[in-house]
Amino acid sequence: MHHTTYMKAGNTDDAVARMADGGQLLAGGMTLIPTMKQRLANPETLVDLAGCGLAGIEDQGDSIRIGAMTRHADVAGSDLVRGAIPALAALAGGIGDRQVRNRGTIGGSVANNDPSACYPAAVLGLGGTVHTDRRDIAADDFFTGMFETALDEDEMITAVSFPKTGKAAYVKFPNPASRYAMVGVFVASAVDGTRVAVTGAGSDGVFRHAGMEAALDAGFSAGSLDGITVDADEMISDIHASGDYRAHLVREIAKRAVAAC
Amino acid sequence: MTMVNLTLNGKQVSADVPDNTLLVTFIRETMGLTGTHVGCDTSQCGACVVHVDGESLKSCTMLAAGAEGASVTTIEGIADGDSLHPMQQAFHENHGLQCGFCTPGMVMSAIELVQDNPNPSETEIREGLEGNICRCTGYHNIVKSVQAGAKMMGG
Ligand SMILES: Cc1cc2nc3c(=O)[nH]c(=O)nc-3n(C[C@H](O)[C@H](O)[C@H](O)COP(=O)(O)OP(=O)(O)OC[C@H]3O[C@@H](n4cnc5c(N)ncnc54)[C@H](O)[C@@H]3O)c2cc1C
Ligand code: FES
Ligand code: FES
Repeated sequence: MHHTTYMKAGNTDDAVARMADGGQLLAGGMTLIPTMKQRLANPETLVDLAGCGLAGIEDQGDSIRIGAMTRHADVAGSDLVRGAIPALAALAGGIGDRQVRNRGTIGGSVANNDPSACYPAAVLGLGGTVHTDRRDIAADDFFTGMFETALDEDEMITAVSFPKTGKAAYVKFPNPASRYAMVGVFVASAVDGTRVAVTGAGSDGVFRHAGMEAALDAGFSAGSLDGITVDADEMISDIHASGDYRAHLVREIAKRAVAAC
Repeated sequence: MTMVNLTLNGKQVSADVPDNTLLVTFIRETMGLTGTHVGCDTSQCGACVVHVDGESLKSCTMLAAGAEGASVTTIEGIADGDSLHPMQQAFHENHGLQCGFCTPGMVMSAIELVQDNPNPSETEIREGLEGNICRCTGYHNIVKSVQAGAKMMGG
């Protein structure tokens, strides 16, 4: 690991100012530290967000607001989340392993937009909102490509909010070694109709599948997806699975998610 | 350099270390406690698991500076003098290890698992130890050890 200078930010403004000076934010470190160890990231300055007071889960009536530094284990264990959006609590409880969940945060996961990460599927599938130090960004505008988001260079996520819905489910086909999603599908009944968000599979990262959404709006059952095709050319093809295999899995996993709703 | 002050197995320790020092490096190299192992560089194997303020964490994926002021417990800190911690005793009696490389992390993860769930089923144990990889045992005797350890811990 290359040399770096470590500092703690005291609050959001402080963190953003240090980012503007070239610092890189450190949340749970469960992505950033392994990347630094492999020398794929070499930040000169690390700005630890642990002291910024951004952890916590709030009931906002129709929605739940989760602070950026809230750990996966805390979302998985929250009575509020388990009661109002059980699929979201279950998703958080299925990320990586216990030790990853004890450190990894929602802000880090959403900011990173790893094409195999779980949270992006929930944010897009539930039609959530990403709150930053300067604005609110709708899920549909936030994820712009593999590891790409609408965040400015020095913009920081402060929280993510999710509309409440009991009718939602996330099913993941995990890579057995890493536990990341080889394919993960989040299906939710939202105010604007059914939303189907797919992670792990798309070569541009997380995406919604309009064909499945229309089929489910016409009739909400796993069987409605039988005739749907998923374009293998738009899938990731790698050592773990070919594009064809992933395309097939997307429909199968989506059917399981619908059945679980 | 950063001055890191923390409690390690009940003792107050401090050292001035480079900012990029991992907690596991601080434990093994700065403090000389080599019971905590490093088995990978991808944060996947769990050989490095320690407790920080009572929770299990991969010490290879945290900076020592991030543990400032925390209470860290390693495998060296769980026995009571000459008598092993019940979970260590259970691994010993149930042949829960072969080469022993994964064992410190397994034991530390298993203790947290049982503290949260005093009476875990086989499935709960297998799921609870997802972050710990063993290349020798095939896990069977590890599961048996954790079940026995849970009973001995009062579950
Ligand atoms: C063994 C293992 C298994 C895993 N399995 C899964 C899995 O199954 N599913 C899954 O979804 N994830 C998985 N992960 C990833 C895990 O969920 C990470 O915690 C997460 O992707 C990153 O969150 P973090 O808090 O650790 O962020 P960090 O690693 O600290 O940061 C990640 C990136 O986000 C930036 N960042 C952090 N916080 C903010 C913020 N508030 N605003 C703007 N930018 C920010 C950082 O600068 C950095 O670039 C796994 C990780 C490991 C090590
Ligand atoms: S050394 Fe492998 S997870 Fe820490
Ligand atoms: S006993 Fe050898 S790795 Fe587990």
